[in-house]
Amino acid sequence: MAPRAPASLRRRLLIQLIALSAVLAVALYVAVRLGAERASEATLDSILGAATTAIAEELRSVEGGTELDLSPGTFSMLSAVGEERIFHRLDISGVAVTGYADLPLPPRPPSTLEPVFYDAPYRDTDLRLAAVARSLMIENRPAPVLVIMGQTRDGQRAIAQSLANRAAALGLAVFLVAVPLSLLAAGSLMRPIANLAEAVGRRGGHDLRPVRHPAPTELKPLVEQLNAFIARLRQTLAQTETFIAEAAHHIRTPLATLKSEAEMALMQAGDEPTRARLRGMIRATEESARSAGQLLDHATVLFRADQRAQERVDPGAMVAALVERFGPTADLKDMELRLDLPAAPLETLGDAVLIEAAMRNLIDNAVKYSPDDSSVQITLAAEGGFARLDVRDRGRGLGGETQATLERRFHRGANVAGVVGSGLGLTIVAETAVAMGGRFALTEREGGGTCATLWLPLSG
Amino acid sequence: MRHALAAVVWLIAALPALAFEVEAERRFGPEGAARQVRVLATTDIGFFAPLAEAFLAQQPGLSLHYVQAASTEVHRAIDAEGAGFDLVISTAMDLQMKLANDGFARALPSDLVEGLPGWAHWRDRLVSIAQEPATLLIAESALPEGQPLPRSRRDLIALLRDHPEVFDRRIGTYDPQVSGVGYLFLTQDDRLSDSIWRLAEVMGRLNARLYCCSGLMIDGLLSGELVMAYNVLGSYAAANLPPESGVRAILLEDFTLTLQRTAMVPVNAPAPDLGALLLGFILSPQGQAIQMQASADAVIPAERFASQPWLRPIRLDPGLLSSLDGMTRQRFLAEWSAALDQL
Repeated sequence: MAPRAPASLRRRLLIQLIALSAVLAVALYVAVRLGAERASEATLDSILGAATTAIAEELRSVEGGTELDLSPGTFSMLSAVGEERIFHRLDISGVAVTGYADLPLPPRPPSTLEPVFYDAPYRDTDLRLAAVARSLMIENRPAPVLVIMGQTRDGQRAIAQSLANRAAALGLAVFLVAVPLSLLAAGSLMRPIANLAEAVGRRGGHDLRPVRHPAPTELKPLVEQLNAFIARLRQTLAQTETFIAEAAHHIRTPLATLKSEAEMALMQAGDEPTRARLRGMIRATEESARSAGQLLDHATVLFRADQRAQERVDPGAMVAALVERFGPTADLKDMELRLDLPAAPLETLGDAVLIEAAMRNLIDNAVKYSPDDSSVQITLAAEGGFARLDVRDRGRGLGGETQATLERRFHRGANVAGVVGSGLGLTIVAETAVAMGGRFALTEREGGGTCATLWLPLSG
Repeated sequence: MRHALAAVVWLIAALPALAFEVEAERRFGPEGAARQVRVLATTDIGFFAPLAEAFLAQQPGLSLHYVQAASTEVHRAIDAEGAGFDLVISTAMDLQMKLANDGFARALPSDLVEGLPGWAHWRDRLVSIAQEPATLLIAESALPEGQPLPRSRRDLIALLRDHPEVFDRRIGTYDPQVSGVGYLFLTQDDRLSDSIWRLAEVMGRLNARLYCCSGLMIDGLLSGELVMAYNVLGSYAAANLPPESGVRAILLEDFTLTLQRTAMVPVNAPAPDLGALLLGFILSPQGQAIQMQASADAVIPAERFASQPWLRPIRLDPGLLSSLDGMTRQRFLAEWSAALDQL
């Protein structure tokens, strides 16, 4: 089973922030609920205790017993808090003398000073009770007196509940506010990461410059590692280029020596079999030298395509210089190279070395595969933002092969017998076209031969 | 001797030890009605009849059993005996409050209670259905020539002191020992002013007579036996004393206690829904209008509390319970007896 991919950072952050605010909202509700209950109970207890104490203090000893004067104000006050129900009881010497004789007694006897508070079920309800003890002289003897007041706490519970409900609403509001705030916070936290990721992504695979985008401290090690990696890649590429160039050079130079040695041997050799061998040797040497040259060209194209140099190039001047260079070769085959240039010079942006290599390969192919005594038409023209170079020959054509196959590395057409080649020429042209942002097309020419067209974007 | 009437009532109440004393009862509505609503009240049947008939006219298939009893008996019926009634109406607010406080009242439907002002209900257990003043009744013949009607207790005390020959043995008031309403008036008079004790002393000196109920005092005034009655329920006075009787009803302007007639549905009501239905009808504009008419406008609409500030509504809250405490009651009654008996 594949390991589960870690969820997006943003989602993780969001879930955690929202969960945190949910916990906060619940905590707020619980805290307010408990707090409100405790506070209101303490307040109501103090009123109940004061009322009970007041009643106990009003108890008077009179001739023939005791006298109690319950004040309606005290009762009203005890009830008005929340329209509560009131119960009372007075015990003298342990005997209930007035009020509700079955009102529950306190769990422990109260001291004379402090009222004792307790909860007890009574009749059809639950009561909060306060008991106060004192002693009274009755018939010249001290008698213990116990005053108990009880009240329901329906109003208190209702108030605590409504407070808690308000707290719950507040908690919910906090939660609801927290959701968009979490979104904002997650967004702002993720922005530098997203920006960096986007900047790196936009560079594309060919950009080997170090990443200079500002990164948050936490991401610095990652960016440093990336830059170190890029530097190593650049170095490797540079070494590869040097290696290829040196390898090609080291092969080409001895081959040139070998060729001239063989040519001199051919001039001096007398018997025919030896001459034939020497001619074969010279052809093989030429082929090898050519292959080495193409290899170098190709490696250069690959390397330079990654560099993306942007210099101004005049394709007209470049193609004219090439035609002049191929002049002697064409003359050997009695071929005519015809060049048509536009009236005004064109200008493209790109790597001059690559463009020159592509043009050279096109003209070289045309000259190489054309029969003696034919002509090659080379036309340069501006066409819709591109410089269009057509090289038309009366050579062997494509031999039924597609452009795609012919562009493959080291692949040569089936009809190349007798012509020296490496199979790299069209590959170089095609890769250059792509690297410069242009296009390359190969078509069969009516009446035999090939038309090779290279488009390069014009500058401006 | 003063207590003769009271003693008789006391005796009657004491005899059937387990059953409360019924003063009168009547059945309204068709004989074979599917359901019956039972009402226990202190209100005279005559006052209640128009309400009952209007209610039954709206509710075919119902009959109404009306039982009238004294306020203390009403309390005993519900508290000690657990009698099965669907609606209990009493003028003794304190006793009604005690029933509700002690858990004998059922929670009323919220739509009944919601529209009422705060002073007209206690929680959702007890609601006020009418307010009526405690009035002073005085025979015009008792006033010396040119003497204005007394407007306050001070005027009244002066009048009684100045003319003992007119008032001796001819003053009536409630006996707080026997009458629940009488005791409530006494404690509330005491709560508002000390003048009740001076008045009691004067009335005692003039050999005032004590009564169980407003009706008997009015009878005494009509027969000429009495020339003055203190603290008579306004609704009875207005309904039974025609202008030609020569008796004037006075609202004393130092303060006039205003009693709330309260109703509740007991927890053990056989048909609590019908009790609440009847209560809803009594509180409806139609019910209130009928009630107002039956009591000859002695029932006070709530808005008069503002225009006549001497009307003091008795607060419907557990403050009423304090005076019901056994020892507190003993002290009150002892003080009352002492004030009345000094000679």
